[in-house]
Order: sequence, then C-alpha cells, then structure tokens
Amino acid sequence: MKLTRRSVLAGASIAILSGRAHAAGKYSPGASDTEIKIGQTMPYSGNASAYGVAGRNQAAYFRMLNETQGGINGRKINFISLDDGYSPPKTVELTRQLVERDQVLIDFYPLGTQCNTAIQKYLNQKKVPQLFVASGASKWGKPKEFPWTIGWQPDYHTEGVIYAKHLKANVKDPKIAILRQNDDMGNDYLDGFYEGLGEDGKKLIVADATYEVTDPTVDSQILQLRNSGANTFFNVTTPKFAAQAIKKVAEIGWKPNHYLVAVAASLGAVIRPAGFDNAQGIITSQFLKDVTDPRWDNDEDVKVWRKFMADWNPTANVMEGSNVSSYVVIKGLEHVLRKCGDDLTRENIMRQAASIKDLELPLMLPGIKVNTSPTNFYPINQLRMAKLEGEHWVVFGETMSRDAV
Amino acid sequence: MDFFVQQLVAGLTSGAIYACVALGLVMIFVSTDHINFAQGEMAMFATYLAWAMINAGFEYWIAFGLTILISFAGGLFIQRVILKPLETAPVLSLVVCFIALLSIFNALAGMIWSYTIKQFPTPFPARDLFGNGLVSVQQIGIVGVTLLMLGILTVFFRYTTLGLAMRAAAQNATSARMMGIRVSWMLALGWGLAAAIGAVAGMLVAPIVFLDPNMMTGILVYGFAGALVGGIGNPLGAVVGGFIVGVLENLVGSYIIGNELKLTFALAIVIGVLLIKPAGLFGRVVVRRV
Amino acid sequence: MAAVTNSWATKGGPGVVAIAFWALLALLPFGERFVAEGSFDYYLFMGQAMLINAIAILGLNLLIGFNGQISLGHSAFFAVGAYTAAILMNFAGWPYWATLPIAAIVCFVAGYLFGFPALKLEGHYLALATFTLAIAVPQLLKYKPIGKWTGGVGGLLLDKPEAPEWTGLGQDQFLYYLCLIVSILSFWAVRNLLRGRGGRAMMAIRDHAMAAGTMGIDTARYKTVTFGISAGITGISGALSAITVAFVAPDSFTLQLAVSFLVGLVVGGIASLPGCLIGGAFIVLIQNSSQSISDWMKSTFSLRYDVPAWAIYGVLLIALMYFMPRGIMGGIEAVFQRLTTRRERQP
Repeated sequence: MKLTRRSVLAGASIAILSGRAHAAGKYSPGASDTEIKIGQTMPYSGNASAYGVAGRNQAAYFRMLNETQGGINGRKINFISLDDGYSPPKTVELTRQLVERDQVLIDFYPLGTQCNTAIQKYLNQKKVPQLFVASGASKWGKPKEFPWTIGWQPDYHTEGVIYAKHLKANVKDPKIAILRQNDDMGNDYLDGFYEGLGEDGKKLIVADATYEVTDPTVDSQILQLRNSGANTFFNVTTPKFAAQAIKKVAEIGWKPNHYLVAVAASLGAVIRPAGFDNAQGIITSQFLKDVTDPRWDNDEDVKVWRKFMADWNPTANVMEGSNVSSYVVIKGLEHVLRKCGDDLTRENIMRQAASIKDLELPLMLPGIKVNTSPTNFYPINQLRMAKLEGEHWVVFGETMSRDAV
Repeated sequence: MDFFVQQLVAGLTSGAIYACVALGLVMIFVSTDHINFAQGEMAMFATYLAWAMINAGFEYWIAFGLTILISFAGGLFIQRVILKPLETAPVLSLVVCFIALLSIFNALAGMIWSYTIKQFPTPFPARDLFGNGLVSVQQIGIVGVTLLMLGILTVFFRYTTLGLAMRAAAQNATSARMMGIRVSWMLALGWGLAAAIGAVAGMLVAPIVFLDPNMMTGILVYGFAGALVGGIGNPLGAVVGGFIVGVLENLVGSYIIGNELKLTFALAIVIGVLLIKPAGLFGRVVVRRV
Repeated sequence: MAAVTNSWATKGGPGVVAIAFWALLALLPFGERFVAEGSFDYYLFMGQAMLINAIAILGLNLLIGFNGQISLGHSAFFAVGAYTAAILMNFAGWPYWATLPIAAIVCFVAGYLFGFPALKLEGHYLALATFTLAIAVPQLLKYKPIGKWTGGVGGLLLDKPEAPEWTGLGQDQFLYYLCLIVSILSFWAVRNLLRGRGGRAMMAIRDHAMAAGTMGIDTARYKTVTFGISAGITGISGALSAITVAFVAPDSFTLQLAVSFLVGLVVGGIASLPGCLIGGAFIVLIQNSSQSISDWMKSTFSLRYDVPAWAIYGVLLIALMYFMPRGIMGGIEAVFQRLTTRRERQP
C-alpha cells in the first residue's frame, strides 16, 4: 500500500472536517472524540477454528478504514478480537474482560450459538449491545426479553423451512435422509425442516443420522442413509463434513436430490475440495453473491471487495465464504455507526440498529435487503435458492423470506 | 448383506488409518516407554509439507518420499533437541511437553496454511474393485499400505542388527549399553521412525477426511485405543487393534446404538477387553520382580 | 520428589505461611481502590476462575500426586458436578449453596464406581479409560432421552446468585468469597486427610502398592475411595463454575479442559498443595499472556502474520519444563533446599 502525498492530505482534511463536526459528541464507555472501541470473541483455536477467518478479515477491514479514511466519522476504530476457543466459559471470561477492563462500546459479531447464549444475559444486564450475532440460531431476535441483542444472518430455522417447501413442491414421492451435526445448528435446521414439511412430514423422513465434530469421517453415516432407500438427501453439516459427504455420496454412486445448508455451501472451502463433478445439481440457498462467479466480474462491489482483499488481507483464501460474510456484516456496522453520528451512546447504537430500512449492502444478492424495526430484530431474513451448475451457484426462483414461508 | 459388507470395508479402511497412527504410537512406546500425544499433529504437519510440495509441482511419489525423509529427520530433531534434556524429568512433565508440541504444531499449521480444508491427492485410482460398488481400490490400497508397513517393521525388528539393537536398548538399557549400543541414539531413531510412519498415515488419511489442522485430533483417540487394545508394545497388536476399533465403531453405529454414542460405546468395549486382558490382546504380561 | 513434598504434607509444615496466604487472598477484594474504575469486578471474576481451577486440580492431585493413579478424564467429573448444580437450581429451585454438597456426593459416587474398573488398569491403560470418560460425558449430555434435564446441546442458563443484603457485598465480591471459602475448606480437608492414617496409606500405595498390601493396607478399598474423593472435590469445583458462569453446555467440558487440569497440576507441582493454587492461576493467566506476547511480537517486529498464541503457549510450557521439570513448587523447593544446605556448609 503506497501512501501518496495526496491521500495523506485527503485523510488529514477529512479528519479536520469531522473533528469540527463532533465537537459536542455524546458518548458511552468505549467511544470518544478520537476512538471507537469494538470488542469481539472468535474461535481462533479449537474445533471451530475455521471460523476464525471472519475475525481476521474484519481486523484487516478496520485497519484499512483507519489508515485510508481515518476510521469512521473521524474516530479510529480500536478492534479487540479475542480467542475463546469455542468454549462458553472462556467466552464469558473474555467478554467480561472486554466490557469491564477494556471498556468496549459494543460486542460486535461474537461467534457461536452456545458462546453467545452464555454472554447474552450478562451483556443485557450491562446494557452493552451484542450487535449482529454470528450465529444462525433463531433466538437472537427477541427485543422484548433481550433489547441489547440483535442477530444478523437469516436463521437456520427459516432456511430449513425453505428447503422443505421447495422439496415438497419439486420432488415426487420424497423419501428423505438427513445427515446432521449433533449440536444446536443441526437441531435448528431440523426443527425448521419439520415445520416446512407440515403435518405428515415426519413420515417422509426415512433416515436421520448424526455425527460429532470429533468424528474422523461420516462415511459410515452416508452408507446408512443410502441403505435406507432415500431419494432425497438433506445435508446439515459444517464445511469439512459437507465436503466428505458430497464426495462419499458420489463415490458410492448414490444420486439423491441433494439439499446442502448455506453454512457449508462455500465454493472454495467445500465444493472445490469435494470436486465440482461430484456436486452438480446440489441445491442451497444464499443471500450473498458468489464472488468466485465470473458473472460478477464486472460488478463494482465485487471489484472493490477483491481489491480490499488483495491490498489488506492478501494471505486469506478468497474462496472462503467467511471472507465475504464478515465483510458484509462490517458494512452493516459501518452503516449503523455513521448513522449514529456524534451520538455514540450504546442506546443510540441499538436505536439505529433497530431502524434500518431497505438497506442494500455490497455483495448481497439483488433483491435482498436489510430491514429492522423495534419489533423486528432479524436484520436479514431473505434468501434465494441456488443450484450448482458447472463451477458456480446459479440463483433461481423468488426471494424467500421468513414472513413468506 | 451389501450394506454389511460396505460397513465392514468402511470400518477396515478407517481401521487401517487408526492402525497407522497406532503403529507410530507403538514405535515411540517400544523405544522410549512413552505415549506421544503429539503423534497425530506431527503426522498432520508432515501431510501439509507433502501438500505444499505437490502444489509446488513435485510428482506425488517424489513428494511422498521426501516427506517421509523430512519427517524422519524432524522426529530425530525433536528427540535430540527438545526431549533429550528432559530424559530425567518425571513422566507427567514429558506428557506436558507432548501437549505443548501438539499445540505448537496445530497453531503453526493454522498460521501457515489456514484452517480452510484442502484437497489432498490420492495415488489410487477412483474406481471399484469388482464393479459392484462394494469395495473401492482406494480402500484396498490403504489397507495394503498399512499391512506393508507392518511387514517392513516386523522384518526390521526381527532380522536387522539395527532393529535388534533398538529393541535391546528399550528392554534393558544398561545391558545394551554394555554391549556397545548407543542407547540414546536408539531412542532418537525410534522417534524418527515414528514420525515417518505418522507421515505415511497422514498422507493416507488426508484424501478421505480432507486436510486441515484438526484432521488428526479425532483420529488420535482411536489410534490410542487401537494401540492399547492390541497391546501397546507390539506392532502386530497395534494393527489388529486399529482394525478392531475401526470395524467395531462402524458396526456399533449402524446396528446397535446409533451414531450419537458410537464412540463412547466402542471405547467402552475396548475397556471391557482390557479388564479381561489388562495387557491387551497381544501384549505380554510383564512379570515384575519385587 | 516424594520425600520432599511428603515432609511438607505430613509434618507441621509452614502452617503460618498458609494462613497468611489465605488471609491475603481474603483481603484482595479490598484492593478495589488501586485499580482502574469498573474493571475490578473482572479481576474478581478471574480470581473466582483461578480458585475453581485450583480446587479441580486439588482433586486431581489427590489421585495422581498422592495415590499414583492417573486420570485424563477429570473434566467428566467437573461436568457432572456442574450439571448437578445446574439441574438442581433450574428444575428443583434449590438455592445455589445447597447444590455444592449434592454435587460432591454425586461425583463421589461416580468416581467411587469408576474406581473399580480402574483397579484392574494401570498406567497407560488407566489413562485411556479415563480419557474415554472425558470424551463420553459431553456426548452423553447431548443424548436426546435425557435432553429434557440437561438442556441437550443448548445447555442450561442459570440465574447468578445475588449477595445477601446483610453482607453489603457486590455480586462478584460475594462469589469470590464463596469460592474462597470453599477452597479453604477443601484444602483444609485434604491437608487433614493426608496427615491422617488414610493419607499415609494412600501414599504408601503410590510408593509401593505391594509392600503396602503386605503391611495390611486394603489397597483396593483405598484406591477406589481415593478415586471417589478426588472426583467429589473436582465435582464441587464444577458446581462452583456453574454458579459463577451461570451457564452449562456440553462444549464447556471438552477434552481440552481435562488436559488443562493436567497441565495445571504438572506446572504447579505434583503432590504439592500450594502447587494446586499455582496451577489454577496458571491455567487462567497463561492464555491471556500468550495472546499479549503474540500482539507484542506482531507490533514490535511488524510481522505480516499473527504469531499464534497457542504456539507461544507451547513454547512457554516446554521452557517451563526445562527449567523446572518438577513444576513451579518443585523448583521453589529445590532452590530453597540449595539455600539451606549452603548455609549449613558455612558455619
């Protein structure tokens, strides 16, 4: 990154301008005229360490903001992202460190359902925003009980409903086999799926196999599922196991209607290692653009994103889906903070986060919009179905949302 | 019936992998009397080296051979440099060192190659052996390589001077030293061999489970169980033990208790066996003099 | 080693030092005025975590250090204790303090029963058996049929107990004192146990089981009971952890927890009671310090990569084992011994 004289001057003038603007700011702990402190817990180690990509990418983004634009509204971002190893007690300890010792303004995009459950009560008692939770559980949108917690991505439950609806409309005489991770993600998807199938849905499910994240392979489970005589496969897995399952299904010559959850639909982290040949026709749902698709090569937002990745996070794998989702959510945060202006109190941040109207963020699919209100704490609840054709996801059908299904 | 055969073969395939890991554990145990908790992570790291070489344009088999050599040297290095100064330390302090090695390898691999899974090539053609979807060439290949390694090790320990010297050094260090065997180097050799075996195991398993820094954590538990059920001091026992654990796990999961508790159940059976035969199936009961 | 530490445990020992030390710990909550505003509660929370770990390690030490049986599965008893407390508080509406003895009893029974198969297994085989326990318990907790009680994969959320009004303490101060009192009671009980007939029998079995047997010690009974007591103590710490964290979930009790107890035990010093406290503090501090060192390295040498904290953790551990192969207490005692012998040599 070369700094030219002009960009330095530009940066300085922005700082001066905004410096004048926020003379009379209102602040909660963690915010001041010069700085905004943002905390986060992430699994950089342990079984879920693959998700740590998100935290690293966001650190790179804040670094970029600080060095090229002098932060947000003239305030530098001080981003503290800590490793909780995906262990809830550690999350509690680190979150208390962030709130009480480091005095962060907000807890942004903390990752993991159990980890977030462990800190939700505490953050709400302390009135610290638990902003845009990185978990697809459906429990983050309860403003009455937890006014300081707000979700972000479309929840697993809704997604499960969407697959079930699509399946009922398109698969003749379905016999369904499910492979799912034995945790809350697996349960949420399953609940939604049951709901979507309706009354007699349970009868359609002929096999339901679980695995643990510590299992070396899911080969045995896939054989069990095939043996059940199912013609439809609902694949509720995390990336590594999704790749294993896709490969094994192809290897044993099983050709079911294959539904793959969005969590594991990354082209770079799942489909490519599993082999594109093995994955043709798989159906998933998306709300973000597939940045590896040449169709988007001339898309302005995708170009900006690629440039950002090349300049600021060059060691990251651009095929990894987390690098996109973590970028989009940070754009959402940037929107909220800019809206807050000089009133950087925690109350105002929650107020702004709960009054987003039809916001279109870069890298979201056309038709997907962010919407919140004091009673709606599910910022993104729209999805579009997509099918793997060749080396890319091809989006089809209408935009589906929580209310529609 | 087909289903049973498939589960059996899948069990044997995973069993072969556990057996490889178990062999590595046995190597170190035979030569140093310790259980190396870092065995899995060392194998994982070696596999990444192979992956990097293949990506840099090396032929598969050249990368395969080089990786084994590098791992051997790495094993020697770890014993000579890191563990030798701790020869007199209590056993549990060594265990802590193994745990430390485990986290170092895991963290370094994550830093260098990231936690995103990677595809690792397999040398075996992707087709069925009999064309009926029951047994693939890859599965037979993995089992074959494991048995080959067992054969080589058996010959090495039975019929070569070096192998005999290693066994002598482990069984009675003082006498061995008097016979002119350099006991300390024999320990290092054991580590080198274990690391090399681990590398083979890693390269065999990676095409199936995909390469990532946590690839071996789950497998190590099974390898550990396999080595113990066969009798920790015996290479043949380790391989048989590995196969037993692999097959047991798959059949228990498919027929008896379901997938949720299969690991627990399989391990409980292993412990049940140990209660009846405390030295493992092939282990010799050590008679201690008082 | 045994001779050195046993002398401490059985003879009069530095009782004054111990009392002074505990008194110092009791005074810590009054240090609030020396710390930046707002963060003191966090340090008290860390103190709670350290004490809880110390109690868990104390239980493990009784088994490994004083009885010579290995366990890689004490996270299982920790989990059982935590869930016992959580279930009693959540479903039966019990007050937090009443769950502690129940957790101890439940874990004692579990440990005692596990002690029987453990009798047959030694060394590596016992390590595997306990290892299995550590793997099995989180899976059992998720098991559907009992999910109604355990909360399944989602775990159970609890209400954190408030300090009674007459104490005038803040919540974290109060919980710190709760942990401290339980620690003092546990350490005191173990100390008395070790000095009595039972303790001597336990150590005799560790040093030479057969000789102990010929002297008329019922080795099987002592070994199983020791396993039970060890599990019971660790269970109490698990219950405390459930109370202070106010959340239990299967992911909290992985194999890593069992390993961290073992690391804490070895780092503190095997067969040393003060070592348990050092180990407990070490577990909590080491991760944060590794992270700080990593940050420092990155900024000082302007590295392109983050140096992973866990690699630093590993290097620190190996370095520690180099300089103090018998743990920190072992190292302190060695230094102390050298000093005293030198003094004797120059009259």
